Amino acid sequence: MARPMVHAQGVRKHFGRLDVLKGIDLTVERGQVCCLLGPSGSGKSTFLRCINHLERVDGGLLAVDGDLVGYRRSGDRLHELRESEVAERRREIGMVFQRFNLFPHLTALQNVTEAPVRVAGVNRADARREALRLLDRVGLADRADHYPAQLSGGQQQRVAIARALAMKPKLMLFDEPTSALDPELVGDVLDVMRDLAADGMTMVVVTHEIGFAREVGDTAVFMDEGVVVEAGDPRRVLGDPEQERTKAFLSKVL
Amino acid sequence: MAASLHPAAQVRRADAGDHPGQLRAVPVRHWGRWAAAVLAALALAGLLGSLAKNQNLHWDVVGHYLVAGLIFDGLVTTLWLTVAAMAVGLALGTLVAVMRLSANPVLAALSSLFVWAFRGTPLLVQIIFWAYAAALYKHVMIGIPFTTVTFVRFDTNSLLTPSIAALLALGLNEAAYASEIVRAGIQSVDPGQQEAAHSLGMKPALTMRRIVLPQAMKVIIPPMGNETINMLKTTAYVSVIAAHDLMSNIQDVYAQNYQVIPMLVVAALWYLALTTLLSGPQAWLERRYGRGTARAAQVPPLRRLFTGVAGRLTTERKG
Repeated sequence: MARPMVHAQGVRKHFGRLDVLKGIDLTVERGQVCCLLGPSGSGKSTFLRCINHLERVDGGLLAVDGDLVGYRRSGDRLHELRESEVAERRREIGMVFQRFNLFPHLTALQNVTEAPVRVAGVNRADARREALRLLDRVGLADRADHYPAQLSGGQQQRVAIARALAMKPKLMLFDEPTSALDPELVGDVLDVMRDLAADGMTMVVVTHEIGFAREVGDTAVFMDEGVVVEAGDPRRVLGDPEQERTKAFLSKVL
Repeated sequence: MAASLHPAAQVRRADAGDHPGQLRAVPVRHWGRWAAAVLAALALAGLLGSLAKNQNLHWDVVGHYLVAGLIFDGLVTTLWLTVAAMAVGLALGTLVAVMRLSANPVLAALSSLFVWAFRGTPLLVQIIFWAYAAALYKHVMIGIPFTTVTFVRFDTNSLLTPSIAALLALGLNEAAYASEIVRAGIQSVDPGQQEAAHSLGMKPALTMRRIVLPQAMKVIIPPMGNETINMLKTTAYVSVIAAHDLMSNIQDVYAQNYQVIPMLVVAALWYLALTTLLSGPQAWLERRYGRGTARAAQVPPLRRLFTGVAGRLTTERKG
């Protein structure tokens, strides 16, 4: 059996004296969509940010495609990697943020070509062609020369997805991608994500969209207070949860 | 149909009978504005008239020295001193700002110390200090500290000419101020921008150069424009160490011909001309780094003044 895309074993993280992650075990297989759900403060966004080392893991093992993220192992010690070494590994992990974080001084097209040209060394013409293809894929080919401030939230988020895809990642992380959007714009973004999942992209999605998790997710993981409360088939976890905490949460959001 | 009308319009409608189309809106007439404008213009005309008639101003002297060779030499020195001091200030200031923001506590403390010292003492003191630094160290040596190994050795007096002393004083002082401006610019950029860049595999230096600094420029340029204009005028201080800038040469002339006021008018006219010229590049830079924001299409301030005055007076008349 192929090695999993994401493998977490006892991942711990604390901010000062606050334990945010208290030993997370989680496996995401290749081509799967894993949805992380839970109340705010449950640690799901922190865990997602640990996957590409935007947050440093304090304990436990966290590997992407067999490689430790942000560390090199020698014996029973983990040595943190330099920023430039971490950057190498992050190239293969795309991330989409709640607040889009598009580069406001660059057009939509330049946002998408920046990393391929500057980081991957793709020549400008090829990067441009690929960027236009990706913008077309997210339905924004006609907005290529617009600056982020001239785009709606939903359009910005779709450009952000195209920007992440431009680095040809093997894993995509989504941190509440629709939480900052007006309700009528959520659908377009979810459509793009659904399309990506159908194409076989491995995805870890922190979301409050129960419908999306049930329909697109291969696994649903319910987290609370820094631990995984229950995980499994989304229809079971979200339709007929075993744990009281899951039931209580679902009764509030549904 | 009546229900869709604004309540105020309904009241008016009653006055105007059944012909709302005949209603005419009359804006408020600002008689006070007109009176104030006329009074201010008269006062200015009076002042200019009295200046033009004043024999003590010696316009012939002003005219003669405005284009004199000695004054041009001073202008050239003032200009290169301004440009060089700002270049030193910006380069060193950016370095100090990055040190201040670094995770290394020693570097951060050193940068604070630098700003504290150079911002906390009068520029005049610093200028004279550099001019007389030879009294502190007769020689400047580059070597390995606490050993006798020396690579180069200079005589301080021949190294620190008045021009170099002036440049050092102005540049180091500017660096202290510039570093705070650059720091504010860098800190004004949303941390999410760095996270997004890092998540794409961009390394810290590339992120700083391509993502953070271009956005920080929007915040950095207006105060740096201020600093440049300030620097142009501040170079006049170096006349105390006879650095042959515009002000030094002006003083040399009036020390001989006693035409103090006309010579100061010459200086003022040249400083005004240069600072006016400097505002152009600033507006251009602001538009360039304002890309992607609604303000990018801003009208230059002078044009706004003229269209504003013309527009306001004509609309008043029409109203």
